[in-house]
Amino acid sequence: MAKIIGLPKLSPTMEEGTLVAWTKSEGDEVEVDDLLAEVETDKATMEFRSFDRGVLLKILVAEGETLEPDVPVAIIGKAGEDISDLLAQVASTPAPKSEPAPEAESAPEAEPVPASAPASERVLSSPLVRKLARERSIDLGVVEGSGPQGRIIKRDIESYSGAFRGSEGSSGQRPSPRIVKASSMRRTIARRLTESKQSVPHYYLTIDVDIAPLADAREAMNAQLEAKNEKVSLNDLIIKAAAMTLRRFPEVNASWMDKEIHYHQVVDVSVAVAIEDGLMTPVIRGADRKGVAEIAREVRELAARARDKRLQPEEMTNGTFSISNLGMFGIEEFSAVINPPEAAILAVGTIRDEPVVEGGAIVAARRMRFTMSCDHRVIDGATGAKFMAALKATIESPLAMLL
Amino acid sequence: MREIRYREALREAMFEEMARDDRVFLMGEEVGHYQGAYKVSEGLLDQFGEKRVIDTPIAEAGFAGLGVGAAMVGLRPIIEFMTWNFSFVAFDQIVSNAAKVHAMSAGAIQVPIVFRGPNGAAKQVAAQHSHSCAPFYTNIPGLYVIQPSTPRDAKGLLKSAIRSNNPVVFLEGETLYGVKGEVPDEGVEELVPIGESRLARAGSDCTIVSWGRPYYTVLAAAEKLSAEGIECEVIDPRTLRPLDTSLMVQSVKKTNRCVIVHEHWPYGGPGAEIVDRIQREAFDYLDAPLERVTGLDVPMPYALNLEDSVLPTEERVIDAVKRVSYAK
Repeated sequence: MAKIIGLPKLSPTMEEGTLVAWTKSEGDEVEVDDLLAEVETDKATMEFRSFDRGVLLKILVAEGETLEPDVPVAIIGKAGEDISDLLAQVASTPAPKSEPAPEAESAPEAEPVPASAPASERVLSSPLVRKLARERSIDLGVVEGSGPQGRIIKRDIESYSGAFRGSEGSSGQRPSPRIVKASSMRRTIARRLTESKQSVPHYYLTIDVDIAPLADAREAMNAQLEAKNEKVSLNDLIIKAAAMTLRRFPEVNASWMDKEIHYHQVVDVSVAVAIEDGLMTPVIRGADRKGVAEIAREVRELAARARDKRLQPEEMTNGTFSISNLGMFGIEEFSAVINPPEAAILAVGTIRDEPVVEGGAIVAARRMRFTMSCDHRVIDGATGAKFMAALKATIESPLAMLL
Repeated sequence: MREIRYREALREAMFEEMARDDRVFLMGEEVGHYQGAYKVSEGLLDQFGEKRVIDTPIAEAGFAGLGVGAAMVGLRPIIEFMTWNFSFVAFDQIVSNAAKVHAMSAGAIQVPIVFRGPNGAAKQVAAQHSHSCAPFYTNIPGLYVIQPSTPRDAKGLLKSAIRSNNPVVFLEGETLYGVKGEVPDEGVEELVPIGESRLARAGSDCTIVSWGRPYYTVLAAAEKLSAEGIECEVIDPRTLRPLDTSLMVQSVKKTNRCVIVHEHWPYGGPGAEIVDRIQREAFDYLDAPLERVTGLDVPMPYALNLEDSVLPTEERVIDAVKRVSYAK
């Protein structure tokens, strides 16, 4: 019996996926676990493998289409089977909608989850509102609707656009901006970081460290590793130093879980990796226990796959602390947005060659600034400050890492 | 400006047009010696004589057909139905002859006739005598359909109808005959053009289109809504075919919402036609679905309390306006 194949949910947080490419064609034999297609989700490009055996009788969606889970994408059955009934069924069934999936961090699920109760994803708005939104380049996704079923009506868009109308002022006829639909990754970033900034009480601690000892240590290490054709970066050493310091400060390696605080038994460091049109945070598991060379290899490998969007969801979820480094762009210091439910993120600046006063004399020094954004619900100021002082001590005495 | 009643306005229109053009004559049941079942033709027999004010037997198909024939050969008859409910036995004369001859004769024969009389519910005349006939006749290409709400429009439009070379269905209202309103003084001739709607009340918050008896229900509801801060703009189409939507569309572009209130049944008809045209011509300006308040979709009950609830009420109009305004 031929059956309709729906788009599986390929990650716990997948709300939609873009069918990037079919790897089978109509008429091809399909075995269980054969690769059918590649699907780009909010997290990565995932493999869509067959649960069924038979012949791919019909491909229902074109490459490049973005779909919600369970939307029919193909029909598999016996060669030559009559599928007209199934085609009619596909044509008459509205696309099922998925319930918003729980965040991966709180409820990771390995199996594809079938959609249950429908939840409308369509933005309801009156024709007038759609016209006004076009004219004023307002994304209706961000406007709160007060009409029936949340329909966005005139007064909603007027109170929304009223907020910035003043700045249009004398500019008169402003050329309309280039409008691009946000990718699912961008929307995930937008949603999660907005949630973070809105719900996590951030505060920031900046400390200036002498980076010369760590830079020297790195050179020495790289001289050793040259024979193996390997290298470690300053960032790899900072990951290691931070991870070791975290082991001593369970309050920082923790999560606020509403009525509970979870102190993590593992130190899993999320490393922010910039990729085209976004960023990803692959996780170095047990970074406190790994050697720097091992950390270096992992970071390199994960970052490369992140750039290709080939990370598996479990490789970028469930970190306990984040590190973000913009030093390579010459940024001296910055404050980063916490990646919940982690309680802190360390922002690493560039190396500065500058004169400092040491023992009454001006000497050349190499300095670096670290800024930690802390969730005040978990980390109090004094605790965060002690952590930063300890991190500084570790970085300024790299040999301590061996102890 | 003087104030006269709707029936007097109609009588003046016929009087003036009969005096102006001796091809115009009035024919129907009780129009002469009885002075009109609703006294609309009072005094016309005395003025114009039996040749031009003709009492007929109870035979609508006969005298309607006679009228069509007279119009075809150059006279300008006014055919009065005692009520439009009785036009059904003359339906074929109106639809198949009056409305068709001009087209079927390739323009050679014109039918300048006016069919007129009271339309719609009166009071407890029950299912067979309470029809709002606009949907039946507005569906026919070849007919003009006019339904004036005020004495001034009744006079000005009846004069235009009598002068029109097309067959006209002229829907009056038994409950409107006693309504008083401003009409230009005697000697001041006003011809209200066929196919032009009229702004009856200005407002910025919600457009209401209404005509006939519910027009007054709407004006009363608009006053109550005004007290609550919702200013309704009321538009009377006056002519239902050809329908002029320009004012309505212009108004809806301003208010972004519209309620259509009419006595006829909800299925089809000018009410639905107006909804169709507005949603197409003002689609991008609508902030809410268009709503209609109509006579309920049932044969008219005899019981007074039921009749009152079948006809559009102020309460239903107010509710509809609030719904499309998203007001509590």
